[in-house]
Amino acid sequence: MTQLAQREIAETHPRDVLLRQDRLPHIWCPGCGLGIALNCFLGALMKSGLDLKKVAVVSGIGCAGRVAGYINLDSFHTTHGRAIPFATGLKLANPELKVVVFSGDGDLIAIGGNHFIHAARRNMDITVICVNNFNYGMTGGQLGPTTPTTAFTTTSPYGNREHPFNIPYLAAGSGAVYVARWTTLHVRRLERSMIEALQKKGFALVEVISPCPTLYGRRNKMPTGVEEMEYYRRKSVIRHGADPRDVEIRYEGEIVVGKFVDVEKPTFIDLLPNDNR
Amino acid sequence: MSNNGKGVLTGEFFMEGDVACAEGAIAAGCRFFAGYPITPATEIAERMARRLPQVGGVFIQMEDEMASMAAVLGASWGGAKSMTATSGPGFSLMMENLGLGIMTETPCVLVNVQRGGPSTGLPTAVGQGDVMQARWGSHGHYEIIALSPSSPQEFFDLTITAFNLSETYRVPVVILADEAVGHMTERVVIPPPEQVHTVDRRKPTVPPDEYLPYKAEGDGVPPMAVAGDGYHIHVTGLTHDERGYPAMNAEAQDRLIRRLVAKIRDNADDIIILTERDLDDAEVVVIAYGITARVSMLPIEMARREGIRVGLLKLVTVWPFPEKRLIELAGQVKAFVVPELNMGQIALEVQRVVGSRARTIPVPHPGGTVHDPKVILEAIRSAAQ
Ligand code: SF4
Repeated sequence: MTQLAQREIAETHPRDVLLRQDRLPHIWCPGCGLGIALNCFLGALMKSGLDLKKVAVVSGIGCAGRVAGYINLDSFHTTHGRAIPFATGLKLANPELKVVVFSGDGDLIAIGGNHFIHAARRNMDITVICVNNFNYGMTGGQLGPTTPTTAFTTTSPYGNREHPFNIPYLAAGSGAVYVARWTTLHVRRLERSMIEALQKKGFALVEVISPCPTLYGRRNKMPTGVEEMEYYRRKSVIRHGADPRDVEIRYEGEIVVGKFVDVEKPTFIDLLPNDNR
Repeated sequence: MSNNGKGVLTGEFFMEGDVACAEGAIAAGCRFFAGYPITPATEIAERMARRLPQVGGVFIQMEDEMASMAAVLGASWGGAKSMTATSGPGFSLMMENLGLGIMTETPCVLVNVQRGGPSTGLPTAVGQGDVMQARWGSHGHYEIIALSPSSPQEFFDLTITAFNLSETYRVPVVILADEAVGHMTERVVIPPPEQVHTVDRRKPTVPPDEYLPYKAEGDGVPPMAVAGDGYHIHVTGLTHDERGYPAMNAEAQDRLIRRLVAKIRDNADDIIILTERDLDDAEVVVIAYGITARVSMLPIEMARREGIRVGLLKLVTVWPFPEKRLIELAGQVKAFVVPELNMGQIALEVQRVVGSRARTIPVPHPGGTVHDPKVILEAIRSAAQ
């Protein structure tokens, strides 16, 4: 190795400070999109201008729920579906904190669906990063609330007979003030949306469409992460300002990405009664 | 309504039990309440909704009881003393995050104003059927603290005690009230703030790079840094090591669970509060808690007049169970009479502890109303034979 080449090998990555080094390597599969989503999030945190001592990350349960365990900030790995109400209490007890919920679609939209819509309705001042991989990864690839109709999972062996949630539509309809969706292919745009969501006051949602080659991809003709990424490349279309009603994801269908909602509305904290009578 | 600096509503009042509980919470320093309406605990939420904004606190009505309990834990990690209040059906839903509170050692208070169960049962009528649920309701093996008030005054006092115990031992504390006490209105005296003894969780004294969030001190309790303190804590419901990191092995489980259990068991003498009446010469002891302890006063008096040497052991602390005291008494008395508004829950505990040293006479009642004093009197008479 030449002197020059040696100097070019960095000992640390600038984002390393945001990771709990002593917890690595992570548990995610090769080709999983969670590493990309996390990396974009770390970049967004660094560029957001936020005081990182005052940022807390809350996760629920599942593959995405493990993010809280790797981030070197105040981080909470809570119960299945309850990351949002836990985050609600955390934020209200100390409004100085920027509270981010980082979890998966099963956690946030199925078992935690009620909390998701109510936090959006209240315009609770939290940022929600929802990684959507179309199935339950941690438990071995079961049907999720976002599994496209006809897709195969271990609990839809004859093809999914249900209609999936369209997460941006659900969020927008419930009152979220910021709604964006990207895939893990769109790393720069995803990072930019995460920065915007972090800086937004109120309930801000970023949906991240992310490969789960091990479980979802394998059963749906995309057995590697690269093939899922190739699907995103072929089928995603950027349509900022699209009506969230029109961004449902169908099996092998188009993935509309972009920023769909960015509006101002008083938050729950803005509207708290403050009568020292 | 006068308010002083700490929000303590000093004075003498004619006050409902549920309201006294809310005032006790505020006096203890509670500044966050998350809850969901449910009879007969709703008045606690209503009072907190009115009072918390006056003292710089936050009230939030959540979408359900799972969310309420989760928010209470979150608020505790945000640095607030936090509380929720519910009844049977809601208590069942809170079991999930009660477990998270135990595992992550999160100080908070969970009030259960018990009604008749199972299921929707008797929403507006008294019951004491959740005693074992308070003990074992969340999955896994753990120890917990539960207190049971018998009057509005005691509801006020014990709510403060509950906060102090939860802050001391870093454990969710359950207040096992009941509909009768919750809806009873009588004299409540709220002392001046300087006479209200409050305890705050111990904070770490070491710098962040030396801090092990789950390394216990001598009493088995680790000092607690919260979000925003600069310690970059990781808190998980998974089995974890002293760093707070998930540790998926039997050794870590062994160390953690033994400590969580020991921090309550080893400090039981400091935690347990009992009220004893006429036990010195007693040959029969009535063991009761909550409203039933009060109902037992009359039959005890009647039996005394008949010449039966009977006394009362009131369980102010229901959990941990006062095993030591019971074993002492078992050597002295003929029998324990255990009236309760369930079909025999604490009676089984008494039986377990005293074994064949003394007789245990359960006086079960399914709830909906309180015991007929004559039934308890009858049990005392038979115990004295
Ligand atoms: S199971 Fe799927 S989501 Fe989970 S780590 Fe593996 S690839 Fe990622």
